[in-house]
Amino acid sequence: MTAVRAAPPTGVPASVLERYEPVIGIEVHCQLRTASKMFCGCSTDYDGAPPNTHTCPVCLGLPGALPTINRLAVEHVLTTGLAIDATIAATTRWERKNYFYPDLPKGYQISQYAIPLAAAGRLTFGTSGGDVTVGITRAHLEEDTAKLVHATTPDGRKVSLVDFNRSGAPLMEIVTEPDVRSAEAARRYAEELQLLLRAIGVSNADMERGQMRVEANVSLRPRGTEAFGTRVEVKNMNSFRSVERAVNFEIERQAAALDAGQPLVQETRGWDDGRGSTYQMRLKETSEDYRYFPEPDLPPLKVDAVWLDEVRARLAELPTARRSRYTSELGLSAYDAAVIVADPAMSAAFSAVLASDPSLPPKEVANLVAGDYGRAAKEIQERTPDGLVGRSSAAELAELLRRVAAGELSRANAKEVLGEHVRSGEAVSGIVAARGFRQISDASALSDVVDEVLAANPAAVGDYRAGKPQAVGFLVGQVMKATRGQANAGVVQAALRERLDRPAGDA
Amino acid sequence: MIDLTRLHAHEMARLLRHGDVTARELTEAHLALAERQNRALNAWLTIDRDRALAEADAADARLAAARAEGARAVDALHPILGIPIALKDLVSVAGGKATAGSRILDGYRAPYDAHITERLRDAGAVILGKTNMDEFAMGSSTEHSAYGPTANPWALDRVPGGSSGGSAAAVAAFHAPVSIGTDTGGSIRQPAALCGIVGLKPTYGRVSRYGIVAFASSLDQIGPFARNARDAAALLHAVAGRDERDSTSAPVSVPDELLSLPAADDEAAGWLRGKRLGLPREYFVAGMEPQVEHRVRAAVAALEAAGARVDEVSLPHTDYGLATYYIVAPAEASANLARYDGIRYGPRLGNGTVLENYLATRGRGFGPEVKRRIMLGTYALSAGYYDAYYLKAQKVRTLIKQDFDRLWLEGFDALVAPTSPTVAFPFGAKMADPVSMYLSDACTLPVNMAGLPGISVPCGLADGLPVGLQFIGAAWSELELFHLSRAYEAITAGADWRGLEPADLARADDPGTPTPAERAGVLSAS
Repeated sequence: MTAVRAAPPTGVPASVLERYEPVIGIEVHCQLRTASKMFCGCSTDYDGAPPNTHTCPVCLGLPGALPTINRLAVEHVLTTGLAIDATIAATTRWERKNYFYPDLPKGYQISQYAIPLAAAGRLTFGTSGGDVTVGITRAHLEEDTAKLVHATTPDGRKVSLVDFNRSGAPLMEIVTEPDVRSAEAARRYAEELQLLLRAIGVSNADMERGQMRVEANVSLRPRGTEAFGTRVEVKNMNSFRSVERAVNFEIERQAAALDAGQPLVQETRGWDDGRGSTYQMRLKETSEDYRYFPEPDLPPLKVDAVWLDEVRARLAELPTARRSRYTSELGLSAYDAAVIVADPAMSAAFSAVLASDPSLPPKEVANLVAGDYGRAAKEIQERTPDGLVGRSSAAELAELLRRVAAGELSRANAKEVLGEHVRSGEAVSGIVAARGFRQISDASALSDVVDEVLAANPAAVGDYRAGKPQAVGFLVGQVMKATRGQANAGVVQAALRERLDRPAGDA
Repeated sequence: MIDLTRLHAHEMARLLRHGDVTARELTEAHLALAERQNRALNAWLTIDRDRALAEADAADARLAAARAEGARAVDALHPILGIPIALKDLVSVAGGKATAGSRILDGYRAPYDAHITERLRDAGAVILGKTNMDEFAMGSSTEHSAYGPTANPWALDRVPGGSSGGSAAAVAAFHAPVSIGTDTGGSIRQPAALCGIVGLKPTYGRVSRYGIVAFASSLDQIGPFARNARDAAALLHAVAGRDERDSTSAPVSVPDELLSLPAADDEAAGWLRGKRLGLPREYFVAGMEPQVEHRVRAAVAALEAAGARVDEVSLPHTDYGLATYYIVAPAEASANLARYDGIRYGPRLGNGTVLENYLATRGRGFGPEVKRRIMLGTYALSAGYYDAYYLKAQKVRTLIKQDFDRLWLEGFDALVAPTSPTVAFPFGAKMADPVSMYLSDACTLPVNMAGLPGISVPCGLADGLPVGLQFIGAAWSELELFHLSRAYEAITAGADWRGLEPADLARADDPGTPTPAERAGVLSAS
């Protein structure tokens, strides 16, 4: 039994959660980061390409075509399995999942059924109610389907078009145990999984681009009972926010139905983000019979210890380990550690800056990376080859921090220099020289400016003396403005207080 | 002037090298005969004269270039260079049709070459066209072709066997010296037997299946037909070997000795001395025609007389071969044939919902035997039946394989057995009773279930119709099987039936002769 202590999710009345316990399992499909498709040599770089330009006899399901295994895709699932502490199958096999649909060219999907590559793993993540661990039933490999486009021709006929570019792209399916107990935990699971998949480099896991597709199986049971309620599968959630909203909606919808004595039906429902509600897609009265059987075109795949060790040796540091290292070894707060680890650009910058100058205080580096640098990361899409924002370099970021620490550069100026450096990649020394930035920390040099500001702002001075000490902040700002940000804010504040605290009339 | 169509492929190869004949002359001669007789035989679904002549000219150019370069360059040419060949119509040839004998692939043109097509091009073979077959290779008579049955050159009102009936009949009728077939349960060996020629089903994994329209993936193998062992061996050599695109093709080297089987009968017969052959008693099945058994036993006696030691052996799970085959093969076929939905290629019938179009396209595109097997396979894989049928059949398959393995461990070099329990049967004789048709493969399909190589060679006539003798070997022992076959040819070189040509070839030449479809129609109406 896993400990799941979720805070009351927003949106669901506490009265509902007092009576019903949500039971949620999550299925995630993610496209793996490989150059070629799962069973053929076609490129996976088809985003934005004209329809049916990334195809071959294999992914079109032509007569006589045969699949061959993409080894990197297998390694990605092995990597994921190791990262979620799963058991890796020593020998796995491929199976055919049979069903007819125009987006499935062979009439079957090559997937894994009886023996997934990875089984019995877990993932731990933080929620507002504390850490939650969710059991992961399995992670397996399969191929993606083609894309159906429903369109109307110029003469008004409704047609369905098939684009086979996506057909046969490698897809990993990760299925949890029904361990999730709240919409927030569902969202957090998805967020943490995305972070993990990106950290280990197996998937870009972009939800909006369909690289990570989340489905939730939601049911309710009366508090204190064991038996599962009727399960509803919710699809079409293309953001983390919509995962949380959709699950909350389902919890409320199901609770209302149960309260009204209406039986729930096993069904698949789609999330309509605009309306903020789910709608019925199809009933699941009988479980579909996919007639799975071992794929005769592919021999069973052996995962020997040597191969697995190679994969393990290449495994990147996991987010959990990194967070714990940042707090325990580097002394960051849990909050800072979580913020930095959650963002690959921040994470990359943090480690690179520290590596470039280990003498820098980690807390200072964290402040820079999570602060102004983090904001730049949200605005600038460009990344250096080592994952830093814009054209920034770790050595220059370290230089910036050293100048601030040495009192050569005010924090206000440092922010400008950072912005410029990230955009242009120019050296910090060059930017500082070009702009003529020099921090003024000499109180006597600031004395005239301080006096001018006090004289020009009698209202603020009055407020301060009337017992509003926060008025000093406004005055500091005025001094900074007058010095183009070069004044040492600490020195300015001390000088201001010194003047303001003198008996009235001396100023 | 010699009739070029009566030459063996290895004789053609020698004449080509010496410049005594050109590939174009060989091709013209075979095309003319095929075009003349195809009305009566319906062995061919496509005869591609233009493509064949272009390939023949290319082969002549290669020959000329090699001769100019010297003897070593000529020796380096593959013996199949310039040799006319027929391909079963489930082999993909870029730009050409590949119907697999089915309406559902009507109009489909393969946009790519099968692996074996590439290999044949590399070797320089001249592809004359594509041959008739039972729809999706499901059948033992070629009567299940959507394009009408093929006639047996030995008796035009009889079947050539199947499913590779067109490829067998074409070689028996001298339309080509060699051809390609596929064998899932006997589809090369049984028509070879019924048409009086040589046909080999290689070890599973020996020849890449890439580009071959699939029937049952774990059983399908591609193999050669020829009128003698040496030609069949040379053709196997040209197409066999590992192909990265077929994960089930094995990284096992292909022996070059396939190209140097003994030409002299004395040397060839010597191979038999001291060989230990097993004669599986279960292969003399109930319903076997006495004349067939008589011919096979006579052949066994001849082998013994030539120095082989033959012991009766038992393959105790043989009886289960047919039942398990008809679970495994249809199960795989039910999935393999799911792609024929009219969406991407082939006729799309119906003008309604996706489901209505599926039902119309597949309902009218597939023939009754194919539908029967799709239903069998779908049922066997259904939830609740999978364990009882498919899983059980796979376990029995292991037992069948172990029967053979035990004999190899006991030191047998090969097994000798009948190929087919009967000679060629009349059109319509088994169409009403699928199980009697299925029994045609009782002696061949256990070999597919075990993944082993098997070869059928002619061993005489019964009432004027050919009888086949089957040699079965351990995995990868094709060379051994060809040596045995060549030895058997040598020790029977003087037999009265050896030089006989198929009795009905003269009638096949007659433009007034009815087509096989007309013939079959008359027979089924009577």
